[in-house]
Amino acid sequence: MSIFMTFRIAFRALARNKMRTALTMLGMIIGVGAVITMVALGNGAQAQIEANIATAGTNIVNVNAGNFTSGGVRGGMGAANTLTAEDATAIREEVQGIRYMAAGITNRNRIIFGNQNWQARISGTDIDLPLIKAWTTEFGTFFSSQDVQTSAKVAVLGATVRDMLFGEGEDPTGQIVRIGNQPFKIIGVMTRKGQAALGEDQDDIVFVPYTTVQKKLMRATYIQNITVSAYSADDTTRIADQIAIVLRNRHKITPPDPDDFMVRTLEEMAAVRVQATETMTMLLAGIAGVSLVVGGIGIMNIMLVSVTERTHEIGLRLSIGARGWDVMMQFLVEAVVLSLIGGGIGIVSGFGFSRALTQFVQWPTSVSVDAVAMAFGFAAGIGVFFGFYPARKAARLDPIEALRYE
Amino acid sequence: MSLISARNLTKTYVVGEVKVHALRGVSLDIDPGDCIAVTGPSGSGKSTFMHILGCLDRPTTGQYFLEDRDVARLSKNELAAVRNHKIGFVFQGFNLLARTTALENAELPLLYNGKSGRASARHKRAMTALEAVGMKPRAHHYPNQLSGGQQQRVAIARALINNPSIVLADEPTGNLDTRTSVEVMEIFQRLNEEQGITVILITHEHDIADYAKRVISFRDGKIVTDSRVEKRRVARTELAALPPPDVTEDEEANRVAATQ
Repeated sequence: MSIFMTFRIAFRALARNKMRTALTMLGMIIGVGAVITMVALGNGAQAQIEANIATAGTNIVNVNAGNFTSGGVRGGMGAANTLTAEDATAIREEVQGIRYMAAGITNRNRIIFGNQNWQARISGTDIDLPLIKAWTTEFGTFFSSQDVQTSAKVAVLGATVRDMLFGEGEDPTGQIVRIGNQPFKIIGVMTRKGQAALGEDQDDIVFVPYTTVQKKLMRATYIQNITVSAYSADDTTRIADQIAIVLRNRHKITPPDPDDFMVRTLEEMAAVRVQATETMTMLLAGIAGVSLVVGGIGIMNIMLVSVTERTHEIGLRLSIGARGWDVMMQFLVEAVVLSLIGGGIGIVSGFGFSRALTQFVQWPTSVSVDAVAMAFGFAAGIGVFFGFYPARKAARLDPIEALRYE
Repeated sequence: MSLISARNLTKTYVVGEVKVHALRGVSLDIDPGDCIAVTGPSGSGKSTFMHILGCLDRPTTGQYFLEDRDVARLSKNELAAVRNHKIGFVFQGFNLLARTTALENAELPLLYNGKSGRASARHKRAMTALEAVGMKPRAHHYPNQLSGGQQQRVAIARALINNPSIVLADEPTGNLDTRTSVEVMEIFQRLNEEQGITVILITHEHDIADYAKRVISFRDGKIVTDSRVEKRRVARTELAALPPPDVTEDEEANRVAATQ
């Protein structure tokens, strides 16, 4: 029988039981739709990370105190107190190619203005940070090197903190807030930066000189991190390597001993995050894939019912000269048509759902051609795989037995 | 040359632990153009014999030559091809596909004949076949819009579509009233005489068997009698003598359609 006729017969058989066909397809629609949406979510997150890195610049090297990659019980990143401002100075002097550099120490604290208060990240940093990140202020200015030298009690607010304490769009420069029961003068507000790739709010932060955090808020002599930017993005790996050498020298670490710091380029960090997102995407797609398999089992179930229901018809077709192959193809094509139409609708609904997520929940999504092709291929494959057993069962029927079946 | 030549056919089924001998050595020759009625009580082996003749089943032992080919040795697919090209089946229960028009039912065997001809060519052949059984005006009706006699005529058209040399009919009048039975037998007699198609029909009604030229009766898996019919009934003359039907077939069909 021609393949065209086989398809026509399949369409007719499916049209005969519209409700059943629709319900069976629903399994495939949900499966394919879920896979497409999940992959679109993952791809969207990945694209956003990559975009963020492109805007943040690829010329950044981060140094963190502590090393969570070494074995044994260690405090984790930022926990060791062996990194100091002197290390930062030494790096600046000894490593070539560094453009900007900022030491950092962070403290979570309550910030109070009048009867308003807010728990925020108090980021002690240096004057170079806005230059490294290409950040600008909405009102006022960032603090000066003199503020750093004198551990001045000045603060630059992130937009979210300003919103919470003063109301949206207000200019609070010149006002006095209390951080850790000490008065701080607001000298500026950063321009809103929005969410980072993994959803954290980059504006829920207060910048103060790192020396102020050390002396006034934490009574610490160490710093937690150093952010470095290179003149050239091609130079970051060399700079990272040299920083490690300088720090090992200063901390008297010889190679078999683990470092008490971590140096990573932004590209490396990005790669780690992209990989984490990829793993997440695979996981989500895998879970969605389970529903695809369940949909396939639904098809198999319905095809088995269909073969039993149409035993008499199969007997007739065999008696007038259909070969086992013809009967098998008839049922196999029916299963494939079921799964492909279901898959097609699933692709469209996956598209729609991804769009809706972006539109209403602001989650970035990106439907890739790969994912669509893969989902469609999977749908076809599931049709063949789960249709095969019922189809073979139909093809192997004995014509006489089948004709007698009522 | 015989069209069909069966030599010592046996068929044994194993049902559980019991062996059932459905056929116990059947030998028979059938010449082309013959018209044969096979009779016998149920369980006599006549249905098994028909299935073997129709290539739906293979004998346990013995040989079956159809046009001098030993079909007992053919593969499943070759048997399917023989069923398609050489044999037309007519069943007691008509076996038309529901929700499929008379035309499409009639052309069904063409889909399996190995030639993927054009749809228009298929329709044309199906129309010719339907015309031969007087069903052309109802080509686009569905089985549930047709009376039993009309459905059986569509089934006969389907059996004829590949120009078979044999038509095998299994109790073709079993579900039909007297007048319709005569009408169906008229078609078989006409096909036999005008086109030389060999007709083999199974029946347990002796008056139906009398429309054939030769009657073979089975008992306990063997042929017990094999004789020529002396006073053959002619359906056409009987039909002319019958009073006209109380309801016309169209009305009957409408009544059937209305109740469904």
